[in-house]
Amino acid sequence: MILDGKCPTGPIEQTWDKHRFDLKLVNPANKRKYNVIVVGTGLAGGAAAASLGELGYNVQAFCYQDSPRRAHSIAAQGGINAAKNYPNDGDSIYRLFYDTIKGGDFRAREADVWRLAQVSNNIIDQCVAQGVPFGRDYAGYLDNRSFGGAQVSRTFFARGQTGQQLLLGAYSALSRQIKLGSVKMYDRREMLDLVVVDGVARGITVRNLVTGEMESYAADAVCLATGGYVNVFYLSTNAMGCSVTANWKAHKKGAFFANPCYTQIHPTCIPQAGDYQSKLTLMSESLRNDGRVWVPKKKEDCGKHPGDIAEDDRDYYLERKYPSYGNLAPRDIASRAAKEQCDDGRGVGPGGRGVYLDFGDSIKRLGADTIKERYGNLFEMYEKITDEDGYKRPMRMYPAPHYSMGGLWVDYNLMSNIPGLFVLGEANFSVHGANRLGASALMQGLADGYFVIPYTIGGYLATVKPGQVKTDHPEFKKCEEDVKAEQNKMLGINGKKTVFEFMREVGGLMWENCGMARTKESLEINLKKIPALREEFWKNVKVTGSGSELNQQLENAGRTADFLEFSELMCRDALHRNESCGGHFRSEYQDAGEAQRDDVNFCYVGAWEYKGVGKEPELHKEPLKFDNVHLAVRSYK
Amino acid sequence: MSDHKTMTLTLIVWRQKNANDPGKFETYTAKNITEHHSFLEMLDCVNEDLIHAGKDPIVFDHDCREGICGMCSQVINGAPHGGQDRTTVCQLHMRKFKDGDTIYIEPWRARAFPIVRDLIVDRSALDKIIQAGGYTSCHTGGVADGNAILIPKPVADEAMDAAECVGCGACVAGCPNGAAMLFTSAKVSQLAILPQGKGEAATRVKNMTNAMTECGFGNCTNHYECMAACPKGINVKFIARMNREFLKAQFA
Repeated sequence: MILDGKCPTGPIEQTWDKHRFDLKLVNPANKRKYNVIVVGTGLAGGAAAASLGELGYNVQAFCYQDSPRRAHSIAAQGGINAAKNYPNDGDSIYRLFYDTIKGGDFRAREADVWRLAQVSNNIIDQCVAQGVPFGRDYAGYLDNRSFGGAQVSRTFFARGQTGQQLLLGAYSALSRQIKLGSVKMYDRREMLDLVVVDGVARGITVRNLVTGEMESYAADAVCLATGGYVNVFYLSTNAMGCSVTANWKAHKKGAFFANPCYTQIHPTCIPQAGDYQSKLTLMSESLRNDGRVWVPKKKEDCGKHPGDIAEDDRDYYLERKYPSYGNLAPRDIASRAAKEQCDDGRGVGPGGRGVYLDFGDSIKRLGADTIKERYGNLFEMYEKITDEDGYKRPMRMYPAPHYSMGGLWVDYNLMSNIPGLFVLGEANFSVHGANRLGASALMQGLADGYFVIPYTIGGYLATVKPGQVKTDHPEFKKCEEDVKAEQNKMLGINGKKTVFEFMREVGGLMWENCGMARTKESLEINLKKIPALREEFWKNVKVTGSGSELNQQLENAGRTADFLEFSELMCRDALHRNESCGGHFRSEYQDAGEAQRDDVNFCYVGAWEYKGVGKEPELHKEPLKFDNVHLAVRSYK
Repeated sequence: MSDHKTMTLTLIVWRQKNANDPGKFETYTAKNITEHHSFLEMLDCVNEDLIHAGKDPIVFDHDCREGICGMCSQVINGAPHGGQDRTTVCQLHMRKFKDGDTIYIEPWRARAFPIVRDLIVDRSALDKIIQAGGYTSCHTGGVADGNAILIPKPVADEAMDAAECVGCGACVAGCPNGAAMLFTSAKVSQLAILPQGKGEAATRVKNMTNAMTECGFGNCTNHYECMAACPKGINVKFIARMNREFLKAQFA
């Protein structure tokens, strides 16, 4: 099937404005007759729930944490992009659009990216009005910093806690709506199924994580804002609770999964210290504004104290390879370059898996106080984890899984191929192509939540009669029973391996064979090993306790079971895409370490249709057209 | 870094099946712990042993494990988050402990935080305080340009100092009165400092302090234990500021 993204046509500058006018509206008095479910309360979900509640819809919002304020958007450190051009350095909506298309290695839709760039400016204004304390100068104007993949300073920030402050802004707007009664909040609930009746999304099945009870909720539209899936690698920068589960359940009910092989490996994370490690910690890309990345030129120097390695014996490889962007090369490129140096035997620290991020020159130039003011909390975090002082000794960094560009397929209205199912933020695939630029995730989450879904959901709801299906419909009962049966199966196995052990194993396979670089051979290994591991899971997993209580093992077991299915799809997608682009690097397709795209055969979105566990999924294509930014080899040299 | 000396520790952990269970301390041994383990990774190891032995693992709240989500919440040897300056439990590392140490682990204890299970408590009262007024009543869309109202750096910085609160509740757990004054004052102050929040400052402080009392939190008697426990270093000066805002509101 050829998929249609339903993008508006005509001059790109007018597409979103024209489309907004063309969308049908729901009359204010009728809005309260419609129920909308929002799953996830991060930037996309929190902003959507607050904005839809304010418009007058009846909103039910869900999160697995104990409070909507804890969603993983909170961990974003560096900043949020907008095309304000406050520094007068040549930025514009067009340039942000252009940088994002190019940064995504020409694998995103032009119309969606244009809209994102256009509404980016509204986001900053909105957050300021909410009381987000962005960094400012002494005169009182908003301050900017630079980020990877751009030659202008367009990144707004709140110390090293931008995600936290933006999320607390969305959470405060959401709290206001909860108080007003337009949003009903359900915390400590995990979505475990999507209820589809006659091909239309009608509600969800959730587990109350405190009591263990199954609960059903019906609505006229369901919005998933359930984040990304890089915990498929086990060790990632994502929170422990992040999973593919909500998306995977929707996929199993018919929603197409687009470009799952596009995952982002962030170049600056604290290297792994041991096997017991539960997660990896990111250090903001903003550090590359003032930190210089290097490894020793000579292998024999790798074990030395970095201070004992002479300037001439240091290889500032990003500055050498990419002189015009230098240390601010985009993430996919910086990560691959780090891996290349380490594979060459010039990595530092345990196992030779690390590169230096050195602030020595900046401290000399600006003074330690300035560096402390800019990045103090990051240096503190680094010291807590490694027991090393980043002011005195270069930090050690290694790439780690961080973000997923792939996600559920959506059209221009953010609606999946299942009518009534919308997907927002990282959970969808739409704007980042094969690689996301730094400071663009926050932008997308808030764009989708504040400024896109409030319009596009109306266009859908205006065409449907409210309240057609209620929770007394037999499909709700069936979904609850299916979920319970699966949980009872897991609880009944009483095998020998813990859930963590399985997750570590599948994560290891994915990192090894479907990580920063993939080959046909490595992917084929995974396509043999993953089904075997999945089979073992269903025979040998050990989950203690019962389903009718708070049971974290059971929660993790369900998420792991879904990763054991999803990981196979990810490998299939990576195997079918015989090219390298952005975060998807197939070693066979390269030009001296640079990704080699194949625009003749692969200039499309690959969206997969589920056909059953272990069965070959069906590929649907949405061709990508570039009318405004011409397809070119992406160069940061 | 490559130092592989390991520690063995005795853990005395609060176990409580649910809100109605009386609960009790149980003793466990943590083995093969290195100085690079985070405190929660140490508990992960203990839990793996418990699961293999067919026992219920210790239940605790955690999520981001990088000190920002505010989910983790344990009193360690009597100190919320373990007592290391500006550190959440998830960022506490085992290099702060010695081989052979005995460690007491308890949940947040406060009247307004009922225990859910083991080390997990119900902190929804903190959400209720925010719902009572911890926002500016702006609408989505239709707001002014971000630079329309200038906010000089020292003002923006002070607001940010207050805004850093992660809502973990350590201040409540540390306070002998179980007060949520530091938490509430951080939000009241952030929004009272910024021009965008000044218009509603009087109603906000009244409504939020009312919610605080209704939720069963105590009052401040200047022990400063909250500031000592706070993993983000929120200063008690914001409580003074809230008191001033409260007084001003009586005449507004």
